[in-house]
Amino acid sequence: MDNTKPSKDLFVPADRRGEESEKITRPSLSFWQDSFNRLRKNLGAMAGVVTLIILVIMAILGPYMNQFTPYEQDLGRSYIPPKIPVLENISWLGVDGMESTVIEGESVDAAKNVAKLKLGAANADFIEYKVLDEGGNGEKAKVEASLDVYEAKGLENNFWFGTDSLGRDLWTRTWHGTRISLYIAFLAAAIDMVIGVIYGGVSAYYGGRVDNIMQRIIEVLVGIPNLVIVILMILILEPGILSITIALTITGWISMARIIRGQVLKLKNQEFVLASRTLGSPDSRILKKHLVPNVTGLIVINTMFTIPSAIFFEAFLSFIGLGLPTPVASLGTLIDDGFKSLQTNPHVLIFPAIIISMIMVAFNILADGLRDAFDPKMRE
Amino acid sequence: MARYITKRLIYMLLTLIIIATFSFFLMKMLPGTPLTMEDKLSEAQKEIILEKYGLNDPVPIQYLKYMGGLAVGDLGISFQFDNREVTDIIMDRIGPSMQLGAQALIIGTIIGMLLGLVAAIYHNGFLDYSSTFVAVIGKSIPSFIFAGLLQYFIALKLGWFPVALWGTWQHTVLPTVALAMFPIAIAARFMRTEMLEVLGSDFIQTARAKGVNKFGVVFKHGVRNALIPLVTVMGPLAVALMTGTLVIEKIFAVPGIGEQFVTSITTNDFPIIMGTTLFFSFFFIFIILVIDLLYGLIDPRIRLAEGEK
Repeated sequence: MDNTKPSKDLFVPADRRGEESEKITRPSLSFWQDSFNRLRKNLGAMAGVVTLIILVIMAILGPYMNQFTPYEQDLGRSYIPPKIPVLENISWLGVDGMESTVIEGESVDAAKNVAKLKLGAANADFIEYKVLDEGGNGEKAKVEASLDVYEAKGLENNFWFGTDSLGRDLWTRTWHGTRISLYIAFLAAAIDMVIGVIYGGVSAYYGGRVDNIMQRIIEVLVGIPNLVIVILMILILEPGILSITIALTITGWISMARIIRGQVLKLKNQEFVLASRTLGSPDSRILKKHLVPNVTGLIVINTMFTIPSAIFFEAFLSFIGLGLPTPVASLGTLIDDGFKSLQTNPHVLIFPAIIISMIMVAFNILADGLRDAFDPKMRE
Repeated sequence: MARYITKRLIYMLLTLIIIATFSFFLMKMLPGTPLTMEDKLSEAQKEIILEKYGLNDPVPIQYLKYMGGLAVGDLGISFQFDNREVTDIIMDRIGPSMQLGAQALIIGTIIGMLLGLVAAIYHNGFLDYSSTFVAVIGKSIPSFIFAGLLQYFIALKLGWFPVALWGTWQHTVLPTVALAMFPIAIAARFMRTEMLEVLGSDFIQTARAKGVNKFGVVFKHGVRNALIPLVTVMGPLAVALMTGTLVIEKIFAVPGIGEQFVTSITTNDFPIIMGTTLFFSFFFIFIILVIDLLYGLIDPRIRLAEGEK
């Protein structure tokens, strides 16, 4: 019974000073510090940032990391399979510089013969055979033949990503292409941002008839599928980096303009803007101190979504034959080339495909992370 | 309501006229004529052909003729396919495109909704993270990359489905899967967000308090309310599928409108390019209109008049 009734001496009066409970214990954070803290805790977004940094560094430095150039052709070394030192020992990665094929035939020898013809009779001395199935009893014989292309051709330098149909080194071409794709995307996103912010800002801030006319124009433009506009623009402009960028920005700015307009409309009638105006601030101060900081988050998020969609459209255009002219490489043209030899030489497609996927995923995760980070409702 | 629809229809018509005009003049600015590659024809023969197709008329006359033809649904005659009408060619090829698009949209949305639903029910659990992962992958990676992977691994290496071409239902499987990745991703994301919001609302609490079982709460009270906003993403989805069909049809050699469009670009077949452009635009605008109207009908809380502001 004593256990349930503690003695009164154990209790100490609580210290109840008013100031203490009113004290602000959280450190004062600006909007940007707060958002950045939240972004830092988002594992996915940080992985996206790291991936992007690595890819950008590789896009800048990658082409200089071996002795080849992106345009140097040598038909004697076309379609060399990739070979990467160290990683070549992991067989399932397929970067060991070996070309292999599995052939079925009536007998083991017949299968070997077909395999030899397929890999090139001139290389006969370098082909190694592995019998998978002896055959007989009505079953067909199965032989796996593999050829060390590097040995057969007497190549001393490794092509890390292999070579394409014209014997160009795919490592330098891929990073060169990444650079061009990123350049187009950043340029298009920057132009979209500038036009969109100005158009949306002017439309919302001045309101009235200006807003009315500008919105009618947007309503008509929105109705036109951007796919159609982009294709038509590319058709009349000479294909090139600049014309692709222009075609992408022709309709690209509209979503930015709409978002900015909505936000500015909402903000310009809020109390803090009204208060600032009552205190006599000129338009320029209201814009600079109140409107711009409040829409910056939205601009950043929207731009982050524009960049991957620009990369996608560039690749898409190259794919339907409206891309950069040869011999310039972009991720899109590389992928398009890759499809042409997908059956026989998948390595031409796989590396640019992996890189474009990494870029797209990284930007999308980062954009999602930023959206969460900038949303003050998330503050706990 | 009637006023709203009339207004929308007028906008639709205006947009179409602008697109038709724009594409007409762009086509006129293109370098080369459809006869550029025909070296065997003499100058006189070329002249006769140009005359026959009205390509020697002054541009404004050609424009008026073209717009007049459009008004009665005549998209002109193809330069490449033995005088066939563009309308005919489009009608011939609409089947495979529509089938692929519809399959991808329906299958994609259903799988995506299920994924999103599971993610919302097991919020912050393993299933939630995996479904979010699938959504990010599906949204980010372009459909032609998926198409390439499917074609190489499933069709070439494993041989489960045909590599390309069109015919039996097996031919539609790989293109549909490649196209459906985007709808899956979008539907999953949307469903997850909406379900989380709905499941946190008061009427769900009430239903739980009444003793409705978990299944009933999720499906009878939750899903039906989460579905409404899903209608809004259908428009962008249909448009994305339209873009997707261009490349997917090219990769899998499907005889659809997209494949025709890509071919016409390389052969300078102006009437087909213009016809297809207009067709795509009409389709796009029509879908957006239908979805806007549908949205107003499904959810009485949304006043259409509000959307006009």
